Amino acid sequence: MSAATTRMDQPRQRPADMIRAFGRDNTWTLGLLGFLAILLAFTKFVNPNYSLGSLSSTATSVLPLALAAVAQAIVVISGGIDLSISAQMALTSCVAATMMKDHPGDGTAVAIVIGVILLGMLLGAINGALVVLTKVPDIVVTLATSFVFAGVALLVRPAPGGSAAQWLKDLVVGPAGIDLLPKAAVVLVVIVAVVWIPVSRSRLGISLYAIGSNPLAAFRSGVPVSRTKFISYVLTGLVGAFAGLSLTASTGIGSPVPEATYVLISIGAVVLGGVSLAGGIGGVFGPLVAVVVLQLIRDDMTFMRVNPNYGLVAQGFILIGVLMAGSFIQIRRSRA
Amino acid sequence: MTAATGMARDRAPSRSAAWRNLLRDYPLIPLTILLVLLVLTVELARPGTVSANWAAFTVRQAAILAILAACQTLTMLTGGIDLSIGYIASMAGFVTATFVHQPGGWVFGLVVALTASALAGLVSGIGIGIFRVHPLIMTLGMGLIVFGFSNVWQLQSVQTGAGVPPELRTLGTGLTADVIPNDLAVFVPVAVALILMLRRTGYGRMLYAIGDNPVAARLSGVRSWQVLVVLYVLSAVLAAIAGLLQMGLSNTASVTLVTPYLLPSVAAAVIGGTSIVGGRGGYSGTIVGALILTVLAGFLSIVLPEPWRQIVFGSIVVLVAAAYTRATAAG
Repeated sequence: MSAATTRMDQPRQRPADMIRAFGRDNTWTLGLLGFLAILLAFTKFVNPNYSLGSLSSTATSVLPLALAAVAQAIVVISGGIDLSISAQMALTSCVAATMMKDHPGDGTAVAIVIGVILLGMLLGAINGALVVLTKVPDIVVTLATSFVFAGVALLVRPAPGGSAAQWLKDLVVGPAGIDLLPKAAVVLVVIVAVVWIPVSRSRLGISLYAIGSNPLAAFRSGVPVSRTKFISYVLTGLVGAFAGLSLTASTGIGSPVPEATYVLISIGAVVLGGVSLAGGIGGVFGPLVAVVVLQLIRDDMTFMRVNPNYGLVAQGFILIGVLMAGSFIQIRRSRA
Repeated sequence: MTAATGMARDRAPSRSAAWRNLLRDYPLIPLTILLVLLVLTVELARPGTVSANWAAFTVRQAAILAILAACQTLTMLTGGIDLSIGYIASMAGFVTATFVHQPGGWVFGLVVALTASALAGLVSGIGIGIFRVHPLIMTLGMGLIVFGFSNVWQLQSVQTGAGVPPELRTLGTGLTADVIPNDLAVFVPVAVALILMLRRTGYGRMLYAIGDNPVAARLSGVRSWQVLVVLYVLSAVLAAIAGLLQMGLSNTASVTLVTPYLLPSVAAAVIGGTSIVGGRGGYSGTIVGALILTVLAGFLSIVLPEPWRQIVFGSIVVLVAAAYTRATAAG
């Protein structure tokens, strides 16, 4: 919040100052990026075969989780939390895969994709409306709607199946032209650029941060708190639909059983990415880096022929270790 | 909002306001009415369903859910939540089962399992109490760690094999005199101890105090970190007990046995009137909440296919939670 306002108040800064300010505002993300660089070097060390080509397979496998983390980040920044994200992904993915199997054809697939995106926004709107109207804590509402969405997904597709249009599959698999640039990464950047960046630069974005950091202060400053909260869930549903579509695109089918780990890892990545669970702090870039870090750790474990289950253990330890260290520093700083 | 409340106070309490006060001050009464209505619906929809045997089966399953929901109730009172209990409970059951054919037998396994659970709770408690990591994320990470270790343990113990100890099977499945579930022998002492702890002991009071206003609690001399460390150890041990009972009941040992009960355990505490933001609630409501959910899930599994069951289940949780929020906001 404060970062955004300072930058807006002083549009003409010297480049050096801007870089310094950027570093100050994004210390956590920069640290995480450094960690990612070390991890990449380590990956190359344990697996000399890891090449630029392997980047694209990492990117494809990480895309649904990365989008889930972006979706989660938006709602957490606004002071909420969404436990139904994996159920939303299962439902949108099932609808997409089923419709594409029943109505083949590239042209209809485009219409289906648009319809599924609208469906995702509707699911988010249901969450948002329930949170705003009933005033039940977000965690309880989204917990309950996760049952509802998963139930509807089972109605749509009693068993995993369906199919995906070829262009949709091609969109996320393999490199885009050069090896360094996985298609999945391009898709991710485009989605974030189209959905999040315009929002975060607008009045709406400032409102999102405002209601997350202090709803009462936001209300007194004239921010429409309920409407903004509702919109934050719609945005989460929108990105959640992209996550569901990317699941269909990368697996070629739709599965009605929500992956519980998507909820857990998306929340973990959001917090690891420097977004405060109390709301109002952070962005979507940190969570994206965190998702890649968490995925690379598991991949490295596989390369090192360590029992892959230790990957889960390592993810858990990194999650809580980093957070304990982070809050330890914060506590010491506030005492000093 | 304030205007509406003021008006409600000025007028003689209308019928809906009276209901709201009842729900707020004595949640057990409306909850019990809801439970009775639910049982009546079951009997009306399927005459002959409700019997002594049906009640025994329901109570047997509800007792396990109620112990898991105790973890959520206690942690929610302090404004926290424990998302690691599904994995801890499954791990405790599974580890015990792998020691059946080992020297020392399952009793030794039980000791190992309880120690491991308490250790996991201790680490969570230290993270939450001392390092002030958000409980949601701390227990989430701990759940991943426990799940990973359980999987490793599963691979290591493939050769030795696992089995559910007959004693635990009797405890989990058996009915004394055909109507009294044996697992009540575990549940009743636990429930009585928890209710007494929350109502009569200083420790119980401190849980409410921390949840209601952490700063005020600290200024009144509550050492929050000690309370929280003990709390999360207690929660993990309770989860382990529930896991052992569930293993006995289902006669299977698996590292994901109890994970499907994580969300219902939160729902049972919420339906039972415990506030997720802390400071308000109690265990007796949670027990009725667990009974309601078990009766509901059992009934829905008879009359509805799986998808609709989930949809109705989720909708009812939202409705009941909304009713509570209205009741508590109006006062």
